[in-house]
Amino acid sequence: MNKNQLSSTVRVLSAAVAFAVAGGTWAADTVKVGLLATLEGPFAAPGQDSMRGAELALKQKGGMAGGKKIEFVKGSSDATPDKAVNATRKLVEQDKVEIMIGPLSGDEGIAVKNYSKSQPGITFINGSSGAQATTLLDPSPNFYRFNSEGAQWMVGLGEHALAKGYKKMYLIAEDYGFPYSQVQGFMASYCAKGGHMVGKSWVPLGTKDYSSVIAKIPNDVNAILVVLGGSDAVNFLTQYEQTGGDKPMVGGSITVDQTVLNYKGKRRESLVGTPSAGPMADTLDTPEWKKFVADYKANFKDGFPSPSLFAYLYYINTRAALEALDAVKGDLSGGQKAYRAALQKTAFNGPAGPVKIDENRNGVGTTYITEVVKGSDGSLANKVIKSVPNVTQTLGLSKADFDKMGLGSRDVPNCP
Amino acid sequence: MSAAQWRRAMNSGATAVSAQGSLWAQRPVAGGASIPAVRPRPALGDFAAAISARHVIAMLALVLYPWAASPFFAFQIGGQSLTLGIIALSLAFLAGYGGMVSLAQMTVAGVAAYTVGILGTSAATQISLGWPWWLVVPMAVVAATVVATFIGWLSVRTEGIYTIMITLAIGVAFHYLALQNYSVFNGHAGLHKVVPPTLLGIYWRDPIPYYYLALFWALLAYLFVKYIVRTPFGIALQGVRDNPRRMNALGFNVVAIRVAAYAVAGFIAAIGGVLLVWYNGLVAPGTVAVGSLLNVLIIAVLGGLRHPIGAFAGAVVFVLLQNFAIDLLGTDYRERFNLVIGGLFLLIVLFSPDGILGWWAALRRRLLPRAANAGPPRQLPH
Repeated sequence: MNKNQLSSTVRVLSAAVAFAVAGGTWAADTVKVGLLATLEGPFAAPGQDSMRGAELALKQKGGMAGGKKIEFVKGSSDATPDKAVNATRKLVEQDKVEIMIGPLSGDEGIAVKNYSKSQPGITFINGSSGAQATTLLDPSPNFYRFNSEGAQWMVGLGEHALAKGYKKMYLIAEDYGFPYSQVQGFMASYCAKGGHMVGKSWVPLGTKDYSSVIAKIPNDVNAILVVLGGSDAVNFLTQYEQTGGDKPMVGGSITVDQTVLNYKGKRRESLVGTPSAGPMADTLDTPEWKKFVADYKANFKDGFPSPSLFAYLYYINTRAALEALDAVKGDLSGGQKAYRAALQKTAFNGPAGPVKIDENRNGVGTTYITEVVKGSDGSLANKVIKSVPNVTQTLGLSKADFDKMGLGSRDVPNCP
Repeated sequence: MSAAQWRRAMNSGATAVSAQGSLWAQRPVAGGASIPAVRPRPALGDFAAAISARHVIAMLALVLYPWAASPFFAFQIGGQSLTLGIIALSLAFLAGYGGMVSLAQMTVAGVAAYTVGILGTSAATQISLGWPWWLVVPMAVVAATVVATFIGWLSVRTEGIYTIMITLAIGVAFHYLALQNYSVFNGHAGLHKVVPPTLLGIYWRDPIPYYYLALFWALLAYLFVKYIVRTPFGIALQGVRDNPRRMNALGFNVVAIRVAAYAVAGFIAAIGGVLLVWYNGLVAPGTVAVGSLLNVLIIAVLGGLRHPIGAFAGAVVFVLLQNFAIDLLGTDYRERFNLVIGGLFLLIVLFSPDGILGWWAALRRRLLPRAANAGPPRQLPH
């Protein structure tokens, strides 16, 4: 190796070392907070809106919490758990964030929760992921989730369906964790109060052809429970109409959204009265919700007409993280012990009801039962019928009863 | 390349493709001297003689790297690069020496990864059988190699773009199988908490142990490829790549040689797959999704298919980009980081068809005009 080559090697190496150590120094009056959402892949649009929700929480506090300046360090995943862990590891170990907020989807949440156990010095706060197992199975002592999850969002809808006279129902849902949770939230009370789910069709995400599923719907059911999202819901609805289906529908938390409400088919009228449930509702008319929507619109000109579910969930989790920082005056020393005690006690009135957590560090929140109504201009909207406060992760059952039932899956619960 | 040229290339096999100057073309590089010539059957003495100062320095740098770097750099940058490099190496072997571009190498790695999770331990206790690691790992490698051989057997009768299509189809089919099968693959959630064993008192997923584990297998895979391309099989494979008809006329079984190449590449990808599941600690359908299949091709092309080391060079650049592209933009534009990744890929592929290795060769020529001109013009490795 001659001199020329050697010196170039040295230069490359020293550049690499400089690259590696950069970012190690930071002023003491700033707290770095990692923010992970899906900025790529199938959930890129919701991921971007999640970031808006988190930024809104910080903006409302003037960029400060506990007397310190807060700096968000953003990371991105594509909704796969391996990418989520890689992005989180980079934020924690390379960018040295002290608090980590994210991720967006359920399987990512489980993977990040598992990773959080290897970083006991960092506090992890959920973004919008809603898998039951994250906090119910093998929970991590430094992973907090201030939002309620998929099963909690459906509590009360079962009774509501029974009240409408739907004694026998048939289920069509996507075949993965989130719909399992949603269906469990619905069926836990629906089965207990005497309803019958006579059959279940689990379809793969992104199914285009529902003809075989529609053919299986028995004639003697009163209604169908449809837990599909986005284009899947529209595809199902269109094909159900074309085959002359006329059963009323009950929807999951992401089924009857704007894409379905803008549906133009002949059955549009029959959508009126369709009940569904969720942790928030666009048409809430509390002053807190109105302020939240107004702030969102004022800050993000390129945002959605109204904050999405993801923006709302990232907002409440970020706000909880910042309020706890206020409570300890920005003190994250001592393995963040004081900060975590403050987090456990954090409770505030969020845009859609009170936000607080249980001893498992999972959110206890309000669920809103909504029904589709027709406005004076002919447009459809979800109107809040009633709210169910203080929904816990055991879905209103005792811990023993819930454990006996187990987590939601294809076959749990069951009442044919 | 015009449509007519493509057609001609497809009709007359690899010779024409090569003559048109595709990725693995035998382009005469003026004095491209850094690569040793291909000679059949290296003896141990040859091997020792081939070691030069730069090999020793590179080896030292690789061994000392984790002690100089932070745990993050040792694990996520170093360990991940070596792991992805092994999988890309299997493609570089197939494409560079066999002239067959398979998009299913990540699928083969995924089969190994899933086998480790299914036969070993994972969070899905209703699926995992809990066998010991020394049984699970060989089984995973064997299973993945068998699958790779099958993929090869299916696709060797096709050429060029049709090989890409059929291997892509197989990859996508496996992705959907993993996504929708709950009894074996655990569907959308995949298998979590698949971790390496604690051996000799060392937990092999800690940053530095994992780095050395990956380095050991990467070196072994690299030397294995370097060795096998000089064996009669390797020479015959390169013959098949350059002119399958002539090889057939000479009495070689072209199909068998190609299928064997898939098996060899599958074996390497399987080792990468076992390391990958230990690195991630989980395997999910996203691990074998289309994006991941393409990443392997991107890594191999980025580094340059000319030489096995290109796979690792490409992996380092790829992993660095994946991790740090997001930091290159101002805080307001972080969500646009994919522009940086795409832009750099375009730059490399546009200006250096041989990837990073091509740049390296050009740099050497400029810096060391004497060395480049000295010595007899040597043959490229393939």
